[in-house]
Amino acid sequence: MNAHSLRSVRLDGPADVDGFLDRAARLLAAGAHPEAVAWRVAGERAEAQSDLFAGDEVRDGPLVAPAARLPAAFREIAARALLHSDATRHALAYRLAWRLRRAPQLMSIATDAEVARFAALSKSVRRDMHKMTAFVRFRRVAAPDGGEAFVAWFEPDHHIVEATAPFFKRRFANMRWSILTPRRCAHWDGATLVLSPGADKRNAPDGDALEEAWRAYYAAIFNPARLNLAAMTREMPRKYWRNLPEADLIAPLARKASARAADMVAAAPTPARRSAPAAASPSRAAAEACGSLAEISGALPGCRNCDLFRHATQVVPGEGAAHARLALVGEQPGDEEDLSGRPFVGPAGRVLNAALERVGVDRSQTFVTNAVKHFKFEPRGKKRIHKKPGAREIAACRGWLVRELELVRPRLVVALGATAAASLLGKAAPLRDLRGRTIGLANGLEMRATVHPSYLLRIEDPDAKKAGWRAFLDDLAAARELSET
Amino acid sequence: MSKLSVAEKLSVLADAAKYDASCASSGARRRDSLGGKGVGSTTGAGICHAYAPDGRCISLLKILMTNYCMFDCAYCVNRISSNVRRARFTVEEIVALTIDFYKRNYIEGLFLSSGIIGSPDYTMETLARVAQRLREAHDFRGYIHLKTIPEADPRLIELAGRYADRLSINVELPSEQSLGALAPQKRMPTIRRSMAGLRLKIEDAHDARRKSRKAPLFAPAGQSTQMIVGADTASDVDILSSSARLYASYGLRRVYYSAFSPIPDSSSSLPSQAPPLTREHRLYQADWLLRYYEFSLDEVASATDRGMFDAAVDPKLAWALANPSHFPVDLNRAPRETLLRVPGLGVRAVDRLIQARRHTAIRLIDLDRITRSSRKLRPFIVTADWRPAADPNPALLREKLAGAPRQLDLFAA
Repeated sequence: MNAHSLRSVRLDGPADVDGFLDRAARLLAAGAHPEAVAWRVAGERAEAQSDLFAGDEVRDGPLVAPAARLPAAFREIAARALLHSDATRHALAYRLAWRLRRAPQLMSIATDAEVARFAALSKSVRRDMHKMTAFVRFRRVAAPDGGEAFVAWFEPDHHIVEATAPFFKRRFANMRWSILTPRRCAHWDGATLVLSPGADKRNAPDGDALEEAWRAYYAAIFNPARLNLAAMTREMPRKYWRNLPEADLIAPLARKASARAADMVAAAPTPARRSAPAAASPSRAAAEACGSLAEISGALPGCRNCDLFRHATQVVPGEGAAHARLALVGEQPGDEEDLSGRPFVGPAGRVLNAALERVGVDRSQTFVTNAVKHFKFEPRGKKRIHKKPGAREIAACRGWLVRELELVRPRLVVALGATAAASLLGKAAPLRDLRGRTIGLANGLEMRATVHPSYLLRIEDPDAKKAGWRAFLDDLAAARELSET
Repeated sequence: MSKLSVAEKLSVLADAAKYDASCASSGARRRDSLGGKGVGSTTGAGICHAYAPDGRCISLLKILMTNYCMFDCAYCVNRISSNVRRARFTVEEIVALTIDFYKRNYIEGLFLSSGIIGSPDYTMETLARVAQRLREAHDFRGYIHLKTIPEADPRLIELAGRYADRLSINVELPSEQSLGALAPQKRMPTIRRSMAGLRLKIEDAHDARRKSRKAPLFAPAGQSTQMIVGADTASDVDILSSSARLYASYGLRRVYYSAFSPIPDSSSSLPSQAPPLTREHRLYQADWLLRYYEFSLDEVASATDRGMFDAAVDPKLAWALANPSHFPVDLNRAPRETLLRVPGLGVRAVDRLIQARRHTAIRLIDLDRITRSSRKLRPFIVTADWRPAADPNPALLREKLAGAPRQLDLFAA
């Protein structure tokens, strides 16, 4: 073949994407310049015009071994763009393929005029396909064997029937159906997908008894107070209306909308049946009045001593053995504790459990609680960021902690972290001054302090982490011994 | 009461359901009916099969099982004290209608909600039974969204989640006080605990599926909620803070904002007025800025007037006008997070720009190929062939760029 002679290339049909990709690869290998190639499509009107170029037909000529496949970024867009009804689509695609030889990154330059145009073709084909999946309306007909079959009439803008039929096959796999269009038709009998030439609207059924119910639904779901025809027609353009059984309702619904909305606004309102009860004002939940842990759990949700209840999911009371010899007090519930309503079930809880197991403490025999009983957080995208409770919140919650411990009367209380220690002592103190000694509390209980397990999770240096873990175990082991005496 | 036909019930019970903004059929796992016995598939993105004259997407058969309700929520057309016509579907009627509509390609599936009848448990159990019949008796593989009754037994919610793609609980109002005043039987703590329970179950099921493909599903398309805008005195920033906390706390896929709409037979405790559609639209735009454009709540809030968004300009433009020191942005150099702040540049346009500029210098003419509003961009950008006049007057700029707010389609599946 001569690289400069004019060639006419014929494709098998308007949706012959594979044919184009195959011919284009061969033409490129042969060095055929885009201006020397004319594309013809079997059955497309433009075919007559391109006969002017009647020259060698590449597919009939000597087969040149195809060059390396065209880049995936190109093929992906071409698979849709080549289904467009625009008669110049093949010429555009081949020009891009030609330019790609020198500029392999071309497809990622969305600002290039030809790339942008190719992408626009692809986009409008994808939209047409999407609208086909949306607006095909099947009508039920009796099948020859007495069963049911479904037939739809649809008018797409582009050559999309082959490309869209698999969607209907997967969705209605166990139904017999046909989709008729002026260009192509698709038929499914429950086993095989068959394509046939275009049909006439008169071949399609003209109604279905269920359409009245669908129209009733369409009319009822519309809110006349929100009439917005511009938004509707942007997504459901008028060209589709003639094949939508609900579309002739649009005009009357729109016409009556403002009167209906005005009536609703003007109509005298019906008084509420009973005056809304003032939101059950939580009785000034008092910790001192509680005679048992169960009473505390019952009273805690009504606590309004500080503002944390406003945004937390729920209050998290202490839990464990009612007369535990060892009580463990943390800072406040975290994300998982807030969701489940139980203390120390999140990442820090898992560290604590592992440590207790190591020193031989059965968690179910202890009492586990927090100094502050609601989760304090700040939303950050999909996560909640823990915020340290302030002195006010610690003080507001202190009564509950004190009462829990008075009822349990443990032999020893372990403060996990500075917040717990501050609450138990009634004043803030540096953890390092408290660690390693037993401190008597005002109510006659004894306390030892260690770090909060979440502190161990935050240490990054592996050696420091190991040392921190060992010190934590030592503190807990000492606490266990004291609690057993 | 005379007996109603199915079509009459449909009119009553679709009318009663239309105040729920959500009609999305997105987020489901991909599946189809090949090798099954029934119909149905989900593609992940969802399809709008029609649009109502209000511009909203019709994707699902969105109905109530019944609009009888024991509750008396002032904003709701179905409250016990309202004089609307009442109806109730049977389980089999809903199942048949869903399958019949689906086979004609009218819908992607079912969105079923209900007034509370008998008890919250009875209502939840009946909703779950509809989903169970569809899945088990008809091998229905389309989309199912069930409304969750927060007061119901968690075991019933568990059952619902096994068959539904998505579950939702509507918070309806942004604060406990408003809820107390307008929805006396609803309790914020109950709603929150219920959402927390859903998040835990959804995450557990997700983790279990990663270990074994046979692990049971639980609402794989997640949970969503709705807040009514304009029924109480909450400001835009109050509403956004509330939804920011909901997104962070319960892993919601979407918070829907629904402009309080006059309803037939309204309650005297509420404003009777046209729905604040522009406000609703601005809230969606701001919600997008928080979730996809890396804006913080404080930044978005800083561009409001005492907590309310400007009706004439969108929140991103409002922020840009209030922060001229961040502009102009050089499209050929700026990092992604800075490009996302340019009014008129969306996420997709930004990603294309970043790809293209590796190979070519961006000029003004290029912008028309990747965005629809290059004229609006000009005051905020620098390109190879363009630089705006120094010190633009923000007031003039605002006037020039403010247009009649366009109702974008935010209900698409």
